[in-house]
Parts: sequence; structure tokens; C-alpha cells
Amino acid sequence: MDDIERIKKAKKEWEEKILKPHIEKHPERMERFSTISDHEIKEIYTPEDIADLDYMRDLGFPGEYPFTRGIYPNMYRGRLWTMRQFAGFGTAVETNQRYHYLLQQGQTGLSVAFDMPTIMGVDSDDPRATGEVGKCGVAIDTLADMETLFKGIPLDKVTTSMTINAPAAILWAMYIVVAEKQGVPSNKIGGTIQNDILKEYIAQKSWIYPPEPSMRIIRDIVAYASEHVPRWNTISISGYHIREAGSTAVQELAFTIMDGISYVDYFTREGLDVDSFAPRLSFFFDAHMDFFEEIAKFRAARRMWAKIMKERFKAKNPASWLMRFHTQTAGCSLTAQQPYNNIIRTAIEALSAVLGGTQSLHTNSMDETYALPTEEAVTIALRTQQIIAYESGIPNTIDPLGGSYFIEKLTNEMEEKAWEYINKIEEMGGMLRAIELGYPQKEIQDAAYHYQLQVEKGEKIIVGVNKYVIDEDVPIPILKIPDDLEKKQKERLAKVKRDRNNAKVKEALKLLREAAEDYSENLMPYIINAVREYATEGEIINTLKEAFGEYRDPAYF
Amino acid sequence: MPEEKVRILIAKPGLDGHDRGAKIIARALKEAGFEVIYTGLHQTPEQIVNAAIQEDVDAIGLSILSGAHNTLMPAVIKLLREKGADDIIVFGGGIIPDDDIPFLKSQGVAEIFTPGTPVSETIEWVKKHVKPRHKRK
Repeated sequence: MDDIERIKKAKKEWEEKILKPHIEKHPERMERFSTISDHEIKEIYTPEDIADLDYMRDLGFPGEYPFTRGIYPNMYRGRLWTMRQFAGFGTAVETNQRYHYLLQQGQTGLSVAFDMPTIMGVDSDDPRATGEVGKCGVAIDTLADMETLFKGIPLDKVTTSMTINAPAAILWAMYIVVAEKQGVPSNKIGGTIQNDILKEYIAQKSWIYPPEPSMRIIRDIVAYASEHVPRWNTISISGYHIREAGSTAVQELAFTIMDGISYVDYFTREGLDVDSFAPRLSFFFDAHMDFFEEIAKFRAARRMWAKIMKERFKAKNPASWLMRFHTQTAGCSLTAQQPYNNIIRTAIEALSAVLGGTQSLHTNSMDETYALPTEEAVTIALRTQQIIAYESGIPNTIDPLGGSYFIEKLTNEMEEKAWEYINKIEEMGGMLRAIELGYPQKEIQDAAYHYQLQVEKGEKIIVGVNKYVIDEDVPIPILKIPDDLEKKQKERLAKVKRDRNNAKVKEALKLLREAAEDYSENLMPYIINAVREYATEGEIINTLKEAFGEYRDPAYF
Repeated sequence: MPEEKVRILIAKPGLDGHDRGAKIIARALKEAGFEVIYTGLHQTPEQIVNAAIQEDVDAIGLSILSGAHNTLMPAVIKLLREKGADDIIVFGGGIIPDDDIPFLKSQGVAEIFTPGTPVSETIEWVKKHVKPRHKRK
């Protein structure tokens, strides 16, 4: 009799003779135990659960295919993850000060949060921007704002992540020109633009154009980067927003990877060589509260992507197989009630990201259910990462949970369930078709609703919300964005419009408009040209809208 | 005669795309027996008020998570007044600091639901406070 058979037999005996009688006397707390995503969890995992696991095939060594244990040979023993706090508010002046502060505090990369008008391609002086300028991020209208934003920050020394999607080409063009003005050539700058439009239609909903022209713009960015900005991460394929919209962990994993497949498939069909762009694709995941589920999700994601890139897309460069990812702790797990508890939640989530092998991490601040974080709250969030990095001992060894019966089984289950979704979407005709049918959107909505009902019934507990509730006044200070910032930003914009050469702006926009009509043209040089002449973001967007049209919310619920 | 159903417009003014809450509320109200219309995202106050009048709703629920509530909620109420439809009850929810609630109420917002409010609480409130418009007079 082999080991597994012996264990199987022993487990059966244990269940009958030890466990059952015990439970009869001391009943379990719940009839059914499940993750926050409602994935069922057994009372114990044993070698039986991973009897089929083949160490070399399924796990291997870090830095080696299929990268389950990590993408670099020595992981955090070499370099820690990048601590990258997402920040931005008010005008470029205020945000530039915050960046200098964060860099002084030991942060190692910048991450720009734009305000809603910038994210939607609306200028600060547009009536639709009223009340939103500088509120949940920094307001950027023209190159002049971008110059202020990075004043005194050498762009050859820091890397910058920009959370921008539909207008990504424009903000990226501004960054390239700011670097150029600092004397830094485009092949020396590094960073990330989110630039993931598929998840906008699925979850984040900050779209502008319909899917097809949006994909073309992304193609142009990717092609331009491989030639001129080789250190830039061109798409951050994002599960974060999918999860925050209420998906399960498996849905986050599946839809994100399916988005990745869709991009690679499209670019290769457009004639790009897979190894010319795949090493610059990166990913962005949520770290939610269910600790082990998250770690399993990260490990499964790496393994799946490696298989897809190597086997399906036949990428030859091992760098194309690596899934590099950024993680942010779950904003939707934070509570307005008893906000100090959010520090603990964030710490647990950050631990899962580190144990899951993330390349960079943003930890949320305790006050973010109310407003953008205060400086004090951000500092605690950053310190949380630093304590994990320097005090916990966790980064001393690679993938410390690898080989755990539970973690390996859960990793396998995450992968299997994600493949089921991916196959289903492939059968529908791919992600663009699935989006058109509303499929991923509805799956997420159903999961969000299901979870909400579980919370209301008390099946899922949120401390301070449906258990251990107290009467309280909010005990923490809240960051207020002064309303006069909108006025200030409008004045900045008016000045730029007065000082620039309007004839040149008009000419640049005319050339862009013509290029937009020609599908084979790369739009990037035209956008860079317009940005250089201080064309506003809104002007460029509106020019492209004339050619591409607009996407409207199908609005089902 | 069957009891007349209360009609509610759930609306997303402004530019933010966070519609998880709006959709959960819309669905929960529908399951509680209300007639629910959802505007979809990125609506201007004008679009919302026009939809409310056209759909002859009894209340509007505004969901805002971008910090622009102090501008957008009063804008909707002002337009309702201008169009003689200020008997449509307006309530709201989202990332709204407690400090802003007195101002919003002084502008005519009937109730504000902040993060962590159980859906059942919102539904109970709507049941209690929203009656068909023409029966109220």
C-alpha cells in the first residue's frame, strides 16, 4: 500500500472515530465554511488533496517555468517589492509636494492618481467637470500641469505608474515630453500606464470610445513603446477593479487573464511579434481579506500566464512568460465604521500580496472610505509595508507557503475554475463579444449581490458593520480638498490657452484627426506633437471622438 | 384595484464609474417590489432630471463616489424645482463625509446613506417615505 492510500485510510478512520464524535459534542460554528468568494473550504487538507501534484511540472523553482513559486530566482532576498503609494489630489502643485514627501519617507516609486475629469478626458473648464476637479486625484489638463507635477523629480531616477486608461496615450505623451524637457531621452524612462480598456467595459466603467478604436489606440501605444520607450510597461492588465466591483477571486483571475489573452491575440494578429511586447505587459491584482484564497490566486495567476504565453502564443523569450504584477489592498474591504480597524485589514491583505510574490504594492489608508488619505494615514499605510519588509522575516525565504497541502490544493482549484470561465468566454467568441453580451458584467453583479445578501444575513461577518457594532462619531481627521482648487486649476488652464500658439495647436489636431481615419497609422507621434503644443487633454479626446464615436453604458442591473 | 407601484430612478451623476452600490440598490429595490429605472453612468443633472420627469418617478436615488456630491446633489434639486417637479423625493448615497450631510439636507436631500448601511435599511426608508406623487397631494 502506498503512502497516499495509507493516509486516505487513516483519514477516514480519523473522521469516523475522532472528528465526528467530537463535532457531535462540540458543533461547528457554521454549517458550511467558505472563502469571502464563497468557495467552499474543507476542515483539513492532506497529501491526498495534492496526490497529482508534480513538483517540477506544477511548481518548479523560482525564476523558472511555470513560475508558480515566483518570477525571480531569489525574490525578495535580492530586491524587496516596490512600495508604491497611489497619490494625487488638487492641482499639480499640491500633488508635487506630496510626491516629494513620499520620496523622502522612503517610497521607491511614484503612482499618479488623476481626478475624474482627467480620467474621462474632460478639461477642468468643461461644465461636466464642475465639482470634480482635483477631488479624487490630481487635475491634469495640459503639458504645463505635467511639468509642474514632476518638478524637481528626475525622471531617469524614479519610475512612475499612471492610473489612466481611455486617455492613456495623451498622459503618457505628456510624460515623455516632460522627460525630454528634463534632458532624459525616452529610452531611459520607466514606468507603467494602466491602459487596460477591457476592464473598463467590464468593471471600472471609465470608457470613452467604443471597444474597437480603443483597442487600436492601445496597439499604437504598444508598438510605439517597443520602438522608443522600451522600459515602459504598456498595459497593466487589471483585476483590481473587477474585484472591487464585487467579483469573486476566481472571476478576478479568469477575466483578467482572459483580457490578457485578448490583448496578445489582437496585437499578434496586427502583426506585432509576441516577444517584442509581451515582456512589457504587467498585471494588477486586488489583495482582499481572505488570506489563503488570495495567495492561491496569485500563484495560480503566474502559472496560468506562463502556460498561455509559452504554449498558446509560442513566445520564445522567457521574459514573455513572466507575470509581473502590482497589488493593491482591497479598498472595498475597508469600513467607515471604526476606521482604525482598517489598518489591521490592510496589514493582513498586504501580507497575502507579499506571500503571493507581488512585484509592487500599494497599501490603502484607514480613512479612505471617507476621502483621499491624510498624510498621517498614508504614512501608517507605508509603514505597514516597511514593517512586513524589515521586521516580519517573511521575505527571507521564497514562497514560504509552497508545499502546504491547503495552498497547493487551493492554487489548483483557483486555476481549474478560472479555466472554466476562460473556456466559456472563448466559446462565446472572445472577451469583446462577451462584453457586448454583458456576460462578465452580469457575473460580477451577481457575485456582488450574493455577497451583500450574505452580509445582510450575517453569513459573512464584517467587524464593526454587522458584528461588534458601536455608536461612534468618526474619530479620525479627514482630508478636505478646498473648493477653490477648481478655480485655481481653471485659471492655470486659461493661462496656458492664452500663452500657447493656437495656430499650431489647431494644425496638430488637424493632423491627428486625419491620422485617426487611417487605421494603419500609429497615433502616438501625432498625440505627442499635439501635447507638445499644449493642446489640452479634452481637445485631443474630442478630436478623436469625432473619428471614433463614444461608448454608452448599457445600464443593466 | 391593485396597489400602485412606487417608481424610483437610481441615477449616477458625474464622471465616476463606481456603480456597484447603485446596482445593488437598484436590484434590491426591484426585488422589494418597486419599479426601478437605472440611468447608467456619467449622467449630467439635466439628463437625470429629464429622465425622472419622463419616467414619472416618485423618487430619485443619487449615487456619488467621486467627492462631487456637494455640487451635483444640489444641482439636481435646483433643476427639479425649476421644472416644477420638486415633489420628487431625492435621496443619496456614496462616499459622503458626515460633515457634509447637514448641508445636503439643507439643500433638500431627504436622506443620505453612507458606506456600510445595510440595503434593508435603505429599502425600509424608501417604503416609509416615498409614496406615489399624485396621491401625496
